[in-house]
Amino acid sequence: MIRLEKRPQPSTVFAYATPVLAVLATFFFGGVLFALLGKDPVQSIVTIFWEPLFGEFAFFYRPQLLVKGAPLVLIAIGLSLGFKAGIWNIGAEGQYIMGALFGAGVGLAFYPAESALIFPAMILAGAFGGWVWAIIPALLKVRFGTNEILVSLMLVYVAEQFLASMSLGLLKNPEGFGFPGSRNLQQYASAHNAEIFAGSGMHWGVVAAMIAVIFAYVLLARHKLGFAIRVTGEAPRAARFSGVNPSRLILFCLGMSGLLAGLAGLFEVSGPAGQVSIDFNVGYGFTAIIVAFLGRLHPIGIVLAGLLMALTYIGGDIAQSQLGLPAAAIQVFQGMLLFFLLALDLLTNYRLRFGQAEVA
Amino acid sequence: MRITTLLASAAIALGLVTAAVAEDTTKVGFVYVGPVGDGGWTFTHDQARQAVEAEFGDAVETVFVESVAEGPDAERVLTQMALDGADLIFTTSFGYMDATNNVAAKFPDVKFEHATGYKRLHPNVSTYSARFYEGRAVQGHIAGNMTESNIIGYIASYPIPEVIRGINSAYLHASKVNPDVEFKIIWVYTWFDPAKEADAAKTLIDQGADVILQHTDSTAPHAAAQEAGNVVTFGQASDMSAYAPFPRVSAILDEWGDYYIARTRAVMDGTWESVDTWHGIGDGMVGIGEITDAVPANVAEEAMAMKAALADGSYHAFTGPINKQDGSAWLAEGEVADDGTLAGMNFYVEGITGEIPQ
Repeated sequence: MIRLEKRPQPSTVFAYATPVLAVLATFFFGGVLFALLGKDPVQSIVTIFWEPLFGEFAFFYRPQLLVKGAPLVLIAIGLSLGFKAGIWNIGAEGQYIMGALFGAGVGLAFYPAESALIFPAMILAGAFGGWVWAIIPALLKVRFGTNEILVSLMLVYVAEQFLASMSLGLLKNPEGFGFPGSRNLQQYASAHNAEIFAGSGMHWGVVAAMIAVIFAYVLLARHKLGFAIRVTGEAPRAARFSGVNPSRLILFCLGMSGLLAGLAGLFEVSGPAGQVSIDFNVGYGFTAIIVAFLGRLHPIGIVLAGLLMALTYIGGDIAQSQLGLPAAAIQVFQGMLLFFLLALDLLTNYRLRFGQAEVA
Repeated sequence: MRITTLLASAAIALGLVTAAVAEDTTKVGFVYVGPVGDGGWTFTHDQARQAVEAEFGDAVETVFVESVAEGPDAERVLTQMALDGADLIFTTSFGYMDATNNVAAKFPDVKFEHATGYKRLHPNVSTYSARFYEGRAVQGHIAGNMTESNIIGYIASYPIPEVIRGINSAYLHASKVNPDVEFKIIWVYTWFDPAKEADAAKTLIDQGADVILQHTDSTAPHAAAQEAGNVVTFGQASDMSAYAPFPRVSAILDEWGDYYIARTRAVMDGTWESVDTWHGIGDGMVGIGEITDAVPANVAEEAMAMKAALADGSYHAFTGPINKQDGSAWLAEGEVADDGTLAGMNFYVEGITGEIPQ
């Protein structure tokens, strides 16, 4: 008989070991899954994890890790601040869309003028768009006590409608033969978030993600506000006694996560994606929630988790084309990673006891 | 020293072998926007991929990646296929247009075929699409005859020329046989979402529609119609014959196989050139699924006659007199629409109520 027994103190060993164990468990059960599908399990896992990093065409895939990982990390950093304090912004996808729309809108308004000021203006507009979309649930929560989970999530669908409307109407490319979608910002030099070094994958969104990581690290480790966030999450009553203003914290955490999600959207629309289109958003805002938790809400952990998720996406696509693995199997594989992480997390706070329960 | 020599010669030998294999087989890649099991758009492209494999056997190797998001992901997957040695790549969604052209610029020796787009910025990019509006004409004829409530529901995906063209063609031919017919259109902003499609179908049925036309890819509207009883549906992209003979009474079929085989052969022969293809029923790119016994025999006969006339070119689905929705003249008596106007169609024809969303 196996029992769970609560540890007096959370185990530090397991806090660090569970991500590794989760990855190993995913390898094992993912391998079983691939074997059941009639594929070589070792080859499948090697293709997903090794090929993008060290394979023949790694020169192309390594920069792609930055392209795919940067928006995830940027959004997840913002989310982690709120999540640490028990403030749940589930609507980053919507804030990401609004950031892209505001930013691209400003850029397109200046078309075809060329000026070095256009891109900075777009960055400000993108940050503002994301912030506005997140501050709505924040204000509603502070003023009327609404649930920020529901409001922020519902606003994702509103944002998607805006996106469709903009792609078909206001921002539609006048030279697009009536097809939906804006002009391609990659072909508009002043608005193009180009790679800083050609072929490196380093665009301004990657730089912004790095700055956000450092900023979050310093904030949480050194700043009074970071202390307020941590203590609110761990002991809300104690936080109130120590003078934390919950309303201001809500406004800050939601606003900041929206701002960063908006920036991620702006850098994506002006760089890798290039245009506003109906299907612009591909779920980064939701995947970032997984990234935030996979990274234990810690800035460095989030960077690693973001790169790991990016790796599974890129490697997954390679495995599809080279080995004929179905996309659904790759998605199950990604899901396993989160599942095992959360399941094994139990071991941080509990220990397994074998044998009969003692009669008290 | 000896080990290095050994490794070097092994590497050269391996290189030669790989090169030899690459000489023999033509590698054809496919990038899909949905899952191959969607039962509609992507499913028919994948059927065509299998037709290419069946046609050429070992001389051709096909690879595919499904559910690829439009934008940077598509660009990455295309680059990956080109790096892996693909000779010809079919990109099967409108949203892959810029990605296709970007990657084509980097790989001038790889041929690219982009479905439903209009950009051919490089000599190694072709575009192709099908005249689905011809199928819509036949469908409209059957629908106009079958409706008793005179209300036809239309599940539309996105307000783009392709979809608007389909609505216009279906309406023109439905109202020709039944002047009292009214179209109710719901825009679902998706190509494939069974839940949304089912909701749209139920709403239309509640509003009195007894025929449902769809420009989305799932069979969910058929299931909703079956549940409601007396409601007619049509298969979209694939036959959807699981719902025949009723509610599904016919279907518009996407037949990409012949085109894919011809283009693959052109790459193998070295005769491939950049072209813009827009084929209809006559060239076999659009098919009409079997018309079931639920349709009266004379209606089925008329529909088949129309299909034959569209195929041999004696009839055009947009033949005047046709006015635009606002009453202004578009086509005079006997005049047929030109491809340019059709390709960018952004207006309803007279008689359709409601507005195209902006």
